[in-house]
Formats: sequence, structure tokens, C-alpha cells
Amino acid sequence: MKARVYVMLKNGVLDPQGEAVRHALGSLGFDGVEGVRQGKVIELDLAEGTSEATVTEMCEKLLANTVIESYRVEMG
Amino acid sequence: MKAAVIVFPGSNCDRDLAVAFEQAGANVTMVWHKDTALPEGVDIVGVPGGFSFGDYLRCGAIAANSPICQSLISHVERGGYALGVCNGFQILTETGLLPGALRRNAGLKYICRSVGLRVETADTVFTAAYSAGDVINVPIAHHDGNYFVTDEKLAQLKDEGRIAFTYTDNPNGSVADIAGVVSKNRRVLGMMPHPERCADIGHGGTDGVAMFRALTDQFATA
Repeated sequence: MKARVYVMLKNGVLDPQGEAVRHALGSLGFDGVEGVRQGKVIELDLAEGTSEATVTEMCEKLLANTVIESYRVEMG
Repeated sequence: MKAAVIVFPGSNCDRDLAVAFEQAGANVTMVWHKDTALPEGVDIVGVPGGFSFGDYLRCGAIAANSPICQSLISHVERGGYALGVCNGFQILTETGLLPGALRRNAGLKYICRSVGLRVETADTVFTAAYSAGDVINVPIAHHDGNYFVTDEKLAQLKDEGRIAFTYTDNPNGSVADIAGVVSKNRRVLGMMPHPERCADIGHGGTDGVAMFRALTDQFATA
């Protein structure tokens, strides 16, 4: 089974990389891009039966730094 | 004073930090990240700069979960001292021993140059040889030194006088110009600038010497 973890900087934490991407899109002529936030996706191959609670624990302990990042888990 | 300097795969300031401790009179042991115990009787643990584990996942995140860091946490919980520089500061925040987190520099560039640091408090063993308000020149070399804490935590750090150093001209976007903070018991200092890179006349600056001397003096008289 698989799980997918999305890690993003929390709202309110400045994302300088997202800002740079927004600027670059503007220079390419894409108007109306009002904000870009860049995060990461982590795919996990898990033994059958691994619970979402376990994946959440992985996020809390390692995959996300909850001081500045939020995360979302998608199972299956 | 007995110091231990932790070496992670990708550390590159470990020897510089060891030399700075030694020149101030400390007895230094290098400790590998897979070791599970610190040498007996260590007074202070140095967590060096570099790119531990290639900065994979987040700067310092993998190192913070290495076996030696459990011993580091126990050492600090027993009231032991620790100094984290650059990647070492990132590792200390990742272990939770220091508050906050280090983000990508606001200008997105890796910055390598000397900066002015204002000493915000002399009330730590690390800064005892300076006076509050002193401005010293210390090199920085980082891509992820943009310090973040919540407003609430920032207010607490200010109230408790735990901001050790601020930048005179903020190079990286850090909240409140913060360059270094200490733990609640004032025995753990994390800072992005490199005092060990201005600790010898050959470095072109010696403003960091006072920090290492103050540390060895503290343990000599203890």
C-alpha cells in the first residue's frame, strides 16, 4: 500500500521560493498569478495494514517541521 | 574544560570548531554521529556547521534523529552545555532543544561574508566576555538562515532575554534580525554566524575568540 504526504509551509510563513516562482511566471507573461506556494510530496511504500495514525506520527516526528510546516496525509 | 564535537556525514566545520575550542584551552574529543554515548565528563558539546546528510528533507532534520543526538538531548537535560553553529543551530532547533526554525534565506541566495552582530545579552556563558550592545564581525555562510518563531514565542524570547545576537543589517530575512538564541536555562546557544571562523589572526578577524575563552574560563573556575 502507498501513502502520500503533502508538506507545505504554514500560511503566514513567508515562502521565498514560491515568491520567486510567482515572479518568474509574471516575466513569462502569465498574468494574474496572485500567489505561489511551493511544498513537497513524499510517497511512502508501506506494509499492508499500516495505519494512517502511524503515518501521522511519521509526519510529526520527521517528515514535517511543525514549527513552520503543515502536512496532509493521503492513504492508498 | 572537556568539549566534544559531533561529526555528521557532511559536517565541514567540525575541525574548525575543535581548533577554536583547543586554542582556548579545551580538551576536545570528536564524536561520530553513530556513537551512542558522549565521552565521560563532557562539559560542552559542539554541533558544527556543514551540510549534514546533504540537507536532505530539511537542514538538520536527519542529523537531529541520529543516535548521538539522543545523548546530546540527555546531556542538555542534565544541565550540560551545547553550542550549535550554522547547521548545528539548525540541528538544535530540529531536536527541539532550541525554539524556532531556519527557513530558506529571503533573498534565496547562499550568502558567504562577514556581518555585524550586536550582542544582545552578556548574561550567558557564551557572551560573558562581551558587553550588551557590542558589535562584532563574524562570518556567515548559509542558504537557510532565515530564523522564524511565532509572535508569541518571540515575545517570550525577548522577555527572557534569550536573544543572544542580532544582525546589524539583516542579511537573510530573520524575524527580529535574530542571529542566535539561547535555551531557557541559558546553557545552549544556537547561532547561524561562525565564531570559529574568526578565532585566529589567520582568519582575518578574532572577534570569536572571546566566546571560546569565556567558555573555558567558566569551566576553569567552576
